[in-house]
Amino acid sequence: MIHFVILLSRQGKVRLTKWYSPYQQKERATVIRELSGLILSRGPKLCNFVEWKGYKVVYRRYASLYFCMCIDQDDNELEILEIIHHFVEILDRYFGSVCELDLIFNFHKAYYILDEILIAGELQESSKKTVARLIAAQDTMVETAKEEAGSISNMISQAM
Amino acid sequence: MEQLKTIGRELAMGSQGGAWAGQSKEFLDLVKSIGEARSKAEEDRIILREIESLRRRIAEPDVPRRRMKDYIIRLVYAEMLGHDASFGYIHAVKMTHDDSLPLKRTGYLAVTLFLNDDHDLIILIINTIQKDLRSDNYLVVCAALTAACKLINEETIPAVLPQVVDLLAHPKETVRKKAVMTLHRFYQRSPASVSHLISNFRKRLCDSDPGVMGATLCPLFDLITEDVNSYKDLVASFASILKQVAERKLPKTYDYHQMPAPFIQIKLLKILALLGSGDKQASGQVYNVLSDLFRKCETSSNIGNAVLYECICCVSSIYPNVKLMDAAIEATSKFLKACPSDSHNLKYMGIDALGRLIKINPDIAEEHQLAVIDCLEDPDDTLKRKTFELLYKMTKSSNVEVIVERMIDYLISIDDNHYKADIASRCVELAEQFAPSNQWFIQTMNKVFEHAGDLVNSRVAHNLMRLIAEGFGEDDEGADSQLRSSAVDSYLRILGEPKLPSLFLQVICWVLGEYGTADGKYTAAYIIGKLCDVTEAHLCNDTVKAYAISAIMKICAFEIAAGRKVEMLPECQSFLDELSASHSTDLQQRAYELQALLCLDSQAAGNVMPLDASCEDVEIDKDLSFLINFVQQSIEKGANPYLPESERLGMSGVSNFSSPYQQEASSHSLRFEAYELPKPSSIPVIPQPFISTSTTDLVLVPDTTYYRENNQASKLIVGPEASSADAGIKLRLDGVQKKWGKPTYSSSSSITTSVEKTTNGVVAHQDGIRSHSRDTTYDSRRQQPEVSVEKQRLAASLFGASASKTEKKATMAQKAPKGNSTNAEKSSVVRSVSPGTSKDKTAPPPDLLDFGEPVPTSAPTIDPFKELEGLIEPASALGPLYNTVKTGGDKAQDLMALHMDTPPSVSRTSLSLASEGTYSTDKSSYTEKPMIAVKKGPNLQDALHKDATARQVGVTPTGNNPNLFRDLLG
Repeated sequence: MIHFVILLSRQGKVRLTKWYSPYQQKERATVIRELSGLILSRGPKLCNFVEWKGYKVVYRRYASLYFCMCIDQDDNELEILEIIHHFVEILDRYFGSVCELDLIFNFHKAYYILDEILIAGELQESSKKTVARLIAAQDTMVETAKEEAGSISNMISQAM
Repeated sequence: MEQLKTIGRELAMGSQGGAWAGQSKEFLDLVKSIGEARSKAEEDRIILREIESLRRRIAEPDVPRRRMKDYIIRLVYAEMLGHDASFGYIHAVKMTHDDSLPLKRTGYLAVTLFLNDDHDLIILIINTIQKDLRSDNYLVVCAALTAACKLINEETIPAVLPQVVDLLAHPKETVRKKAVMTLHRFYQRSPASVSHLISNFRKRLCDSDPGVMGATLCPLFDLITEDVNSYKDLVASFASILKQVAERKLPKTYDYHQMPAPFIQIKLLKILALLGSGDKQASGQVYNVLSDLFRKCETSSNIGNAVLYECICCVSSIYPNVKLMDAAIEATSKFLKACPSDSHNLKYMGIDALGRLIKINPDIAEEHQLAVIDCLEDPDDTLKRKTFELLYKMTKSSNVEVIVERMIDYLISIDDNHYKADIASRCVELAEQFAPSNQWFIQTMNKVFEHAGDLVNSRVAHNLMRLIAEGFGEDDEGADSQLRSSAVDSYLRILGEPKLPSLFLQVICWVLGEYGTADGKYTAAYIIGKLCDVTEAHLCNDTVKAYAISAIMKICAFEIAAGRKVEMLPECQSFLDELSASHSTDLQQRAYELQALLCLDSQAAGNVMPLDASCEDVEIDKDLSFLINFVQQSIEKGANPYLPESERLGMSGVSNFSSPYQQEASSHSLRFEAYELPKPSSIPVIPQPFISTSTTDLVLVPDTTYYRENNQASKLIVGPEASSADAGIKLRLDGVQKKWGKPTYSSSSSITTSVEKTTNGVVAHQDGIRSHSRDTTYDSRRQQPEVSVEKQRLAASLFGASASKTEKKATMAQKAPKGNSTNAEKSSVVRSVSPGTSKDKTAPPPDLLDFGEPVPTSAPTIDPFKELEGLIEPASALGPLYNTVKTGGDKAQDLMALHMDTPPSVSRTSLSLASEGTYSTDKSSYTEKPMIAVKKGPNLQDALHKDATARQVGVTPTGNNPNLFRDLLG
């Protein structure tokens, strides 16, 4: 099971956190501090895994952003590495060549996408197409809602 | 400039499918200022200011709903950065009640991020979740299910359970999938509350949608882990699903990097590993599909290796099959011999796989010794630790010295306390199990205690004391006393060290007290002096002081008992005075006891503190028989006799019942005796009295089964060591072949091992081996010479002194050409540039990111080398601008940069830098632009639109940050 997902920038700035196991706010801060010390200092060409307090943290660097997932001892590290990549590919498809800036300004969208890929710490959907379809459906709902709101405000302004 | 970039980006994105639309300027400003913050302190200031303003504004009456959504997103952001936004939780909860889906989703997102499942506000959301689960809009239902996964706790499960179960039959597959996962979560939270619904998971396994089927594997995996036997009937189904998946029967959309549904394959393999474990029949159904997978798995991609690794795990778990084992071994060696570019991950997996396979066949480690030693020497800590884990699994008495020495060296070199404790306890375990000599054992333990004394479990210390006291179970008293005196010697030497962990001091004090004067080498005064020094030189706690004073007391008692006079040293006297005035009553008592002891005569002192009696059982006279005379006298003098409580209460009848109880109790104790009787021949004799007296004995097991149990027990539990070993640290011996045992039982032990050898049936015979291993714990040392020659040779070649040297040389020789080739083929470009651009942190190291993805076929149109030539100059001139360059280039760099091979990534970096200053490279980026737009394919219109809008506000690709517009994925 995945216990949490953290996105860190190279400077150690937090870009996204998702906790699937219960952590108090204080513990979260400690976890992030410890992991950023552990992972950001690792040189290239090393394993993408770190052992940490009886768990394993799998991380992968994309440009200046580190995607980290914490898993149990008996999980398959290579699989998690690919789940991370799966997530990034979907982000890329959604944002159209995603970059860190997209995630900074749209972190809630990134959360919605993550919610379609992982649920309760498990991979729930491995088909990119299905995820994309769902996110699109949700976005259409947002659009219609906006249009409705727009037309109402138009009507009001006309009436006045 | 930074602002312009952001605006440009904003506009560009705003035109693209609404991805960036709908956020307030305030939010964008906040995020931007955070992005520009130079330090954590500045970031904190900004967020705190923001939180203050939000606290004010969120509490205003009649905040428009859209604005409230914006506030809540900003709170989420603040909370994500580690600040407390609890004042806004209630507003997020309120937002979940909203009718509009976008707002509701925002509300759900915020509460799932804010609240753990034990938060008080959860109760306010239950009703909304209930309502939303019944909604006609499947998106609303999905949002509610996602929230339910995170928020519903054990008490609230019943409130939503019926709806969730209904949703398992929802027409939309997405809803079914999420319902399955939600139910799984409920199962994890509280298995009892959903235990009656488990059959639903079986049903969903046959779902028409592969996504739902894949999701169902998660709960089934958990359920099967709990109770394997109830799911044996599904083995065939799982195997056939796996076969179909591998044969690409699933829709193409589930393909991942040309692999057919690899994530589902992995989950299925995990399940099959559980089901086939130790079950020959179930395993037989899996062999075919596994060998198919081994054949089909391509090892060029990462995901292929992930599946392959899972296959190896599965093979090592199920009932062994020779052909599959060979395939697994071959795959493992491929991992271990992985090509250098991304070898570390694969080597790591290979070491792990090897650790699994040697449980079945210990000999396969031999051919990989070079690779293993290579990994052990690796600078990567992760790989090193994994290798230590492997070594731990393959430790034998022949290689224990080298392995433990390595471990201790590593232990000293790290400062990660968690791992230090871990590796220390492993050292202790191995040392106890395989120590070649007493001398070595004591030295090893001393090192471990010295460097990780405060981290090891106190049980380890007690174990050590017990070992020194009991010896190694040998009959040879001489060896034991030699062990003790060598321990005393080494401790007296170590006491000179400036700083020792408290636990270690306790051990030292105890051993010095018990055996300090035993061999007559040291005088009592000398030892007592040392013990007093301990308490002075080291800042010790009360426990150490207590150990010290007890030790002094023992030595004094031994002296008095031997008829020698004890002279009180001045430092001892002052120590005694200090303790008699201590705040700790325990210390006080010990001090007074010592003072009392000093006044006793030699016989009394000998009785109070008998020499070397720490292993003797203290006999407790439960009947207080020594008081009988006294009681008799008192009664004669007219005292009232003692009546038991029941009699005093007038219920004299009760006493009649006491006799059967007593009888039962005695039969219990008899039964224990029967268990301990080692000779099967004596068994038939013993039950006879039971049968005759068993009228009241309800507990007695029917005779036949009893015989059998007895038989087994007598075989398995051998001698008193068994229980003592059991009480100590748990010994992890699975997989370690047992060679030693008490000579008397050599027949039974040899049977176990021989069976194990012929069938590789570690799994099948695990029970036997495990219980057998317990008794051999201590015997192992004595039986050392019996280690088979072939094993010794293997170990010697693996870690023997002469062999390891040549191996290292060989590795060096191997390494050298590796390094050269890497330099030549890959990074020479980067390296040669790096002095000039070393300040440019934006260049991502390509190797880290490259996971063996196929090299993109679309070659860049511009020559990267030419650009680099132009780059070196401006880059160094750009020194002062570094900060702005960094943040600008950094953020905007496409995350998918990893898809590019080295040359393109270098060229891109050069562009981002060059755009700040040089014109020539700007031009090249500009000329490249149309090509990118064309390449975008389906996004062509978007790209052009993006470009156009950006130009309107003056952000052009030739301007500040062309990377913003760069589409690297192609």
